[in-house]
Amino acid sequence: MEDEIIIGLEIHCQLNTKSKLFCSCSTDFRDNDPNTHTCPVCLGLPGTMPMVNRKAIEYALKVGKALNCEVLDESEFSRKNYFYPDLDKAYQITQYDKPLAVRGKLLVDGDDGEREIRITRIHVEEDPGRSVHIGTTDSGKYTLVDYNRSGIPLIEIVTEPDLRSPKEARKFLNKLRATLEYLNVFDSEKEGSLRVDANISIKGNERVEVKNISSYKGVEKALTFEVTRQRNLVRRGQPITRETRHFVEARGITTSSRSKEEENDYRYFPEPDLLPLKVSGWVEKIDLPELPDARRERFISQYGCSVEHAKTLTGGLKLAEFYEKTASVDNALAATWTSDYLLGELNYRDFSIDAMPVEHFRNLLKLLKENAITDKSGVEILRIILDAVKEGNIPETPDSIVKRLGLAKIGGGEIGSMISNVLAEQSDAVADYYAGKMQALNFLVGQVMKKCRGRADPGELNLMLREALDKKE
Amino acid sequence: MAGALLFRPNDTVNAFITTIPDVTYSDGVLSGVRVAVKDNISTKGVETTCASRILKGYIPPYDAHVISLLKDAGAAIVGKTNMDEFGMGTTTENSAYGPTLNPRDITRVPGGSSGGSAAAVAAGYVDLAIGSDTGGSIRCPAAFCGIVGLKPTYGRVSRFGLIAYANSLEQIGPMARSVTGVSDLFSVISGQDKMDATSVDRPYNHIPSPDINGLKIGIPDEFFGRGVRPEVADTVREAVMTLESLGAVTVPCSIPSMKYALAAYYVTCTSEASSNLARFDGVRYGPGNSNRKSWHDAYSEIRKTGFGEEVRRRIMLGTFSLAAGYFGRYYQKAQTARQMVRDDFSRIFKDVDIIAGPTMPDIAFTLGEKSDPLQMYLSDILTVPANLAGVPAISVPCGTVDKMPVGLQLIGRLFDEERIIDTAYAYEQGVS
Repeated sequence: MEDEIIIGLEIHCQLNTKSKLFCSCSTDFRDNDPNTHTCPVCLGLPGTMPMVNRKAIEYALKVGKALNCEVLDESEFSRKNYFYPDLDKAYQITQYDKPLAVRGKLLVDGDDGEREIRITRIHVEEDPGRSVHIGTTDSGKYTLVDYNRSGIPLIEIVTEPDLRSPKEARKFLNKLRATLEYLNVFDSEKEGSLRVDANISIKGNERVEVKNISSYKGVEKALTFEVTRQRNLVRRGQPITRETRHFVEARGITTSSRSKEEENDYRYFPEPDLLPLKVSGWVEKIDLPELPDARRERFISQYGCSVEHAKTLTGGLKLAEFYEKTASVDNALAATWTSDYLLGELNYRDFSIDAMPVEHFRNLLKLLKENAITDKSGVEILRIILDAVKEGNIPETPDSIVKRLGLAKIGGGEIGSMISNVLAEQSDAVADYYAGKMQALNFLVGQVMKKCRGRADPGELNLMLREALDKKE
Repeated sequence: MAGALLFRPNDTVNAFITTIPDVTYSDGVLSGVRVAVKDNISTKGVETTCASRILKGYIPPYDAHVISLLKDAGAAIVGKTNMDEFGMGTTTENSAYGPTLNPRDITRVPGGSSGGSAAAVAAGYVDLAIGSDTGGSIRCPAAFCGIVGLKPTYGRVSRFGLIAYANSLEQIGPMARSVTGVSDLFSVISGQDKMDATSVDRPYNHIPSPDINGLKIGIPDEFFGRGVRPEVADTVREAVMTLESLGAVTVPCSIPSMKYALAAYYVTCTSEASSNLARFDGVRYGPGNSNRKSWHDAYSEIRKTGFGEEVRRRIMLGTFSLAAGYFGRYYQKAQTARQMVRDDFSRIFKDVDIIAGPTMPDIAFTLGEKSDPLQMYLSDILTVPANLAGVPAISVPCGTVDKMPVGLQLIGRLFDEERIIDTAYAYEQGVS
């Protein structure tokens, strides 16, 4: 019998408010030098005090509502005390025993159909600064600290141990990310905007906490590694130690972290500089936008998408918006070409949907709809556009590519003459065909395709070739 | 009128850590009035040390809210006053810059922790001073030096820029030679601040009135019992009689929670302090550590050498109180006791307008007299209840014992500074 895997996640997401959680410093420091988005408050200078950014609380409440949580009318900020150079106050203002929201759920397309994953709690906290180690740990000369990140608002979302496989954990995260994007409270493309700690055990054994997972793909990798590691231990009859392990992204493994620094007693106590956070009445005023599940249903009913296409296309806010901008050319073509071709090409290049100019894609769909190019040429055009983007060039329009490369679908006459040429050149294959070897037909189709550089409609070509061969006989 | 003044005090009592020799000031109600500020209040461009080695050389890049208000009112801020390191003490002996002496008798302490502010006022170096009061740190030195000091209601003065020792207990407050001086200074520094979430929109705009006819004063047994020097108790009783002769009515009352007050106070303030003072690690300000060590070694060293003994003791006590497994037994229990103190005050204030008693159980100690920390802590017993409950309290001089001043403490309802200031003013006018 297969052993049961039990996984629970703690997810830290940066909220994309304009200013920090407890001061008015701007959060948009991506293109700026270290320590340029700081003030006495987020540097933790003596005597400074936090003031709660109302917007951050609103964003967190949106998430609470979208995840069907109960929001507590009164929650409380606490101090989590520990020493670390990038934690300038030596405590993090977070929420401890009175979090903002509790007992929610998120439906996930799990391993055996749709499953409900319970959310334990959502709380608000500040991000610490960032340490930049110069040199390796052993020979390191010094560490630099950048406090631009200090005070960025985070929410921590904690799930119940309801996930049953690394794949399901990834699916949960994808769904959660999509939900956060739809709420417009989160920028998934910002580096470090989502960080995950995972608790994983094999039923009947001790659990292990894996920390430091900073990408979506990393979660599945880290957990898959852990499943294998823990199963091997169980198989050999060795006990699983209850411990904290670190995910080493580059090597795809987890390593035990026995460092004393990990064994903190955080000495939580209520933050005396902030009053209890009272939010009664706020949640009712929040209007949630359309969320992924609703949008998926709408794509099915409004555009006639297949369930699979609808799931794929609503899996990210920008992707869903992209689809809706292109669907007016042709619902079905747009759905197929976005989910089956474009996403693959984007993934291959590690691109997000932003890389594809909407107008170019609409142009491409029009050419396909008008039957002016073949699918093969369509894919070629996609690649040319994305390669240009990759090079940092302004991509040529599909119309212009078709013209320049002569990709326009060729007509019956042209196909006919190419067939005649090929049949003349490949007399052996023709003979094989007459001898009843059907592979010969495929070979001949390939030869004609090659000659016309993929510009012939495959169906038409097949039909014409058979006719030509039969006539010849 | 805006202007400039020279400030060159002959500071024989070591009231100041930093003086500002050339001061310019603007127009306003305090235009040109010399004001001294306790060295735990951040002053832009002026070194602010909390009387600690660990902050030596620290120059804040911003002004505390009260400093902005003072500057706007035209005050001439002439210096930063000595104190017990981070406010932890009752004598101003725990300073990295040496003790402050009591101007009334230089063999004695001025009280603490705002001892430098009290001494600067009592010695006449300045007209007004700003102190902070966590468990009596304004009222104690006011009593010991023979001046007036007010601990406002929690939230009535912004704490933004006050280097925190125990956030839930402390308030910035005014000190002066007269009640009017305290009242004038209080009206400048009170009011809500958008940088302090715990501040309250209750500005003070009041002219002291000596009319206390019909005022009901509660006299708690606990303020005159064991631990209070009989001569001090007698002096304060006489002061209460003066108030009665001015039309006030006295009522005996009791604060049973007083027996928990000191423990609740010390657990709460050390817990908060252990967290507040954790940021002093030598990384961003103060004397750094140039040795190339692992960061925790560097932290240990800077904190071992940068903090004085009393500060280290309180950090350790607080760390212990918050530790897993002890939190419920100490910090949480202290909060329960604190609520009992609040409840006692609100019960008593249903029947009386103010509460009166001595500020301190004794007169100013001689230097070095209180060498046992526990003995020192016990001397805060009469001042800590007001901090635990958040209520306002003022100390006004009411006579002497052994030629040293005694303070009459008047405690009021939340946000009712007006009434205790009027009572103090009535007493001051009545005896002069």
